[in-house]
Amino acid sequence: MDLTFTAAEEQFRQELRTWLAANPPGPEPRGDEDAHYAWRRDWQRMLHAGGWTGVDWPLEYGGRGASLTESAIFFEELGHARAPLPANALGLLLGGPTLMSWGSEEQKERFLAPILSAEEIWCQGFSEPEAGSDLAAIKTRAVRGGDGWVISGQKVWTSTAQYAKWCMLVARTDPESTRHKGLTYFLLDMEQEGVEVVPLRQITGESEFNELFLDGARVPDAQVVGGVGNGWMVALTTLMNERAGLAFFLQVQLRQQLDRLVEAARANGAAEEPLTRDRLADLHLRTELLRLMAWRGLGTIERYGQPGPEGSLTKWLWSETNQMLVQTAVDVVGAEALTAGSPWSFALLRARGNSIEGGTTEILKNVVSERILGLPRHS
Amino acid sequence: MDFEFSDEQRAIRDTARELLAERRAGEGLWPELVELGWAGIGIAEENGGQGLGLVELAILAEQLGHACAETPFLGTALAALAIEAGGDAAQRERCLPALAAGERGGALTLAGRRELIPDAAAGEILVVADADGGTGELYLEAPIEPTEAIDPRRRHGLLRPDAAAGDPLPGGVAAALDRARVVVAAEILGLCRRALEETVAYVKERRQFGVPVGSFQAVKHAAAQMLRDTEMAAVATYYAAWSADFDAPSLPAAAAIAKAAAADAGRAVTAAAIQLHGGIGFTWEADVHWLFKRAQVDAAYLGGAASQRARLARLTTA
Ligand SMILES: Cc1cc2nc3c(=O)[nH]c(=O)nc-3n(C[C@H](O)[C@H](O)[C@H](O)COP(=O)(O)OP(=O)(O)OC[C@H]3O[C@@H](n4cnc5c(N)ncnc54)[C@H](O)[C@@H]3O)c2cc1C
Repeated sequence: MDLTFTAAEEQFRQELRTWLAANPPGPEPRGDEDAHYAWRRDWQRMLHAGGWTGVDWPLEYGGRGASLTESAIFFEELGHARAPLPANALGLLLGGPTLMSWGSEEQKERFLAPILSAEEIWCQGFSEPEAGSDLAAIKTRAVRGGDGWVISGQKVWTSTAQYAKWCMLVARTDPESTRHKGLTYFLLDMEQEGVEVVPLRQITGESEFNELFLDGARVPDAQVVGGVGNGWMVALTTLMNERAGLAFFLQVQLRQQLDRLVEAARANGAAEEPLTRDRLADLHLRTELLRLMAWRGLGTIERYGQPGPEGSLTKWLWSETNQMLVQTAVDVVGAEALTAGSPWSFALLRARGNSIEGGTTEILKNVVSERILGLPRHS
Repeated sequence: MDFEFSDEQRAIRDTARELLAERRAGEGLWPELVELGWAGIGIAEENGGQGLGLVELAILAEQLGHACAETPFLGTALAALAIEAGGDAAQRERCLPALAAGERGGALTLAGRRELIPDAAAGEILVVADADGGTGELYLEAPIEPTEAIDPRRRHGLLRPDAAAGDPLPGGVAAALDRARVVVAAEILGLCRRALEETVAYVKERRQFGVPVGSFQAVKHAAAQMLRDTEMAAVATYYAAWSADFDAPSLPAAAAIAKAAAADAGRAVTAAAIQLHGGIGFTWEADVHWLFKRAQVDAAYLGGAASQRARLARLTTA
């Protein structure tokens, strides 16, 4: 056990801090989702120009070739600088790692670099109306046609589909199959006939996610990832990266929110109330433990090459803590936190999705009890 | 001891429920409720109302919560409670018939606290109640800055910080404030009941892994917890409403218990409803988010759960 950073890691952090201080993102646009996304895209371009995207990706794919620890430091520092997550988060944190685990050499060469530069945005087309928690119930069909596959069906809750060039799409290639078998993982070009994106309005009033209607959309063989019929395994890699990969950024974001809340509590005197102090201290404790769990999780990735089921534990704790934080904010901040369009009220509403997106808390608890504790599965 | 409603009370509940089920959209709902006399259900007959008790008022508030209705009922009813209790004859005469007839809007808020006030609108009637002293001030032209809350189906406002003093309500409003909290608790109770109904219906229908998601123990337990929270709010609310009418000395503690139980239930039950709906629950199209939003505003309104428990602690350890 050694919980210190190496001199090289400390130097990496320093260099990054200096860069972030000299290159802040522009002012955050409010109230316009598209402008907000464009802002995050510009920010990713800046990071890219500075050599700060794909910190742990190999040099040959345009990454920085640094260690996982340094990548974690990157996300921590991004958070400390109060900078946003780069626009292509799904490509950077989910798509890229999945391709690096399962993609062919040609695929890595073709797809990885434009993820880093934000030239090509990615989205994740897993969930369907009948296949949410039960992802293996996917019905979207892919049949042979020409030099590839023709895809028809419907996806739902597809975040950033409106901006995406590529979709990580899981579809059924064996019509006789049921459940996990007979699924294949595709990279679907979103810019084609046969792909229709329809925005869905959320509790926040924004439309971050969409419905995706596929009607004869085409994917060439060269864009099958991990082999025909192997889609479930590839999808699991994506999901584990989803639950673990965001951990660093999200825990730092939590820390920033908590700092803002403590500031507010100091300013209006709530910080003097014993009850509020207890709640704030509890949030502090949870946030600190999330940080430590995120660091410990890195060890697993380093040893086994991909995140383990413990990511489910962290994601569960994070979503619950974030929901506690925003609810505490309502009590501490008062009217403003329930006023339409305020950052606190947005956070309050958005946080309800945390325990649903990327696997619901109920599903995560099943994963923890079955995969970590080895309890019998529900039949 | 009998918690059953009387025939007359059941009739109010059923009529309200049927009418509100038909009129989900909200258009023209308020004039219809006024027509039925419900704007003044708790206002004395001599002041133009129906002269019914707090139990009846709570029954109606619960149904309007259940429908998450777009009416200014709550503010009207709460302002009337305060003016009826604290106003002199002139103030009562000036305000109550107009409130009962739906001619003017009303609202109630606490002094010294910047809270979102449901149904508050500039120029309408407003009572500002001092929670500690039990005194109240009346504004015939409310000094309100309109503010959009997360619940856009109801009008909200904030008391303008530069507002001049209002006219004192000489009779005091301490008991009226307790009654008002019971009415808010009843509205939250309706939100909880609706959230639970929608959720139970949904998890019976929605299938994943080849079975209704309601067959998973995690979902069942969460739904059971929703019911427990809701029933806690229910007994607390109706006990307090009954106390207000028949056992005034019990009212302060009972009202604090009701508001605290309902505020906690409102937050937890409506959040659980979203959770058990999965992705659908997070959309604008599903109804559950309206319930969550109104419950959040109501939970904080006239003092949240923590302040009610603090009050209860003062009352019970004194
Ligand atoms: C903000 C947001 C963004 C999203 N972005 C994307 C995206 O980009 N791409 C994508 O593919 N998907 C995305 N999703 C979808 C998300 O992955 C699903 O919503 C989630 O997996 C749940 O599926 P569902 O909505 O069908 O709910 P359901 O599976 O129908 O769940 C309903 C309820 O039943 C419970 N339940 C279901 N099965 C079990 C079980 N076995 N045991 C116990 N309880 C159970 C659930 O926990 C939930 O409470 C997003 C969702 C949200 C909210």
